[in-house]
Amino acid sequence: MPYADSEPSGGRSPVPVAIKILVAGGFGVGKTTLVSSVSEVRPLRTEEEMSEPGSLVDQLDGVERKTTTTVAMDFGRISISDDLVVYLFGTPGQKRFWFMWDELAYGALGAVVMADTRRLADCFPSIDYFERNGMPFVVAVNCFDEARRYPSETMRSALNLTDDVPLLLCDARQRSSSRDVLVALVEHAVARLSNDQTVTPAR
Amino acid sequence: MTFWPPGRFWPDNHERVVRPYALTAGRTRPAGGRIDLVALVSAVRTRAGRDFGIDDVAELGPEHLNLLRFCRSRASVADLAAELDLPLGVVRILLADLRERGLVSISQPVVTGHNDVRVLKEVADALRRL
Repeated sequence: MPYADSEPSGGRSPVPVAIKILVAGGFGVGKTTLVSSVSEVRPLRTEEEMSEPGSLVDQLDGVERKTTTTVAMDFGRISISDDLVVYLFGTPGQKRFWFMWDELAYGALGAVVMADTRRLADCFPSIDYFERNGMPFVVAVNCFDEARRYPSETMRSALNLTDDVPLLLCDARQRSSSRDVLVALVEHAVARLSNDQTVTPAR
Repeated sequence: MTFWPPGRFWPDNHERVVRPYALTAGRTRPAGGRIDLVALVSAVRTRAGRDFGIDDVAELGPEHLNLLRFCRSRASVADLAAELDLPLGVVRILLADLRERGLVSISQPVVTGHNDVRVLKEVADALRRL
């Protein structure tokens, strides 16, 4: 996205463009692996108000008045040129983190939803979220060595994906494979743009 | 007594040493409006190209000064938070303080959707070369 200066400045001539891409999916699906295979990854911490405690996860005994939670995201950066940078944000996919996503999704190019065939349901909330807010996304099935392979038609129907959403198999440990996922997302975004010149804002 | 390395907010065991609100004097929202995650921040040289002087930075905390140092070359808000190991919310509030004092300029991304096919194609080509 292009930038406008908040105040007149010395006028750096080329307008810097930041491309924000989200990497979502369930716990342990390979988000960190994917982000770190294509970029240098660093943790980014947020201290956010809790919308609702994760009732099954967060033990709030003794800290009932705790209203904020610290969430660490994976943050990766790919500098394409001085004025073109791709930022990757790997975020937990559970519904209780949606409060964080609204901010991440704002102005984002699109999302990669990662799936593991052994725990396919973990990525449902992520798919729901991006379908609901109209953001372009691709589904990347991370092929764990020990996981069974299924034909993509079977996975598509299990995920209830519409035909236009690309589904790819990937190995997040491989740089080339993770790269292909990102390229597929950008191409999908371009295709959507060309199909429909009325640009849908990210939210 | 344990000493943490300077500028490190989180020790290795990830327990908080300083509560975030202590760094922001209890504030939870930045002054002067939202600052996007990928907004770009650069330090402003004050008065005819001179670096900021002692008067400009009086009353600022060490975290403010650290931030100021890191954004001498243009950096995104997310980069600054990761670099200084501070929660995003804290970084935003501290940056707003610096902006109020005219010490940094913050370029907010203009969110128009990613409607520039040319830029997106450039991104796709660059990613293919990774």
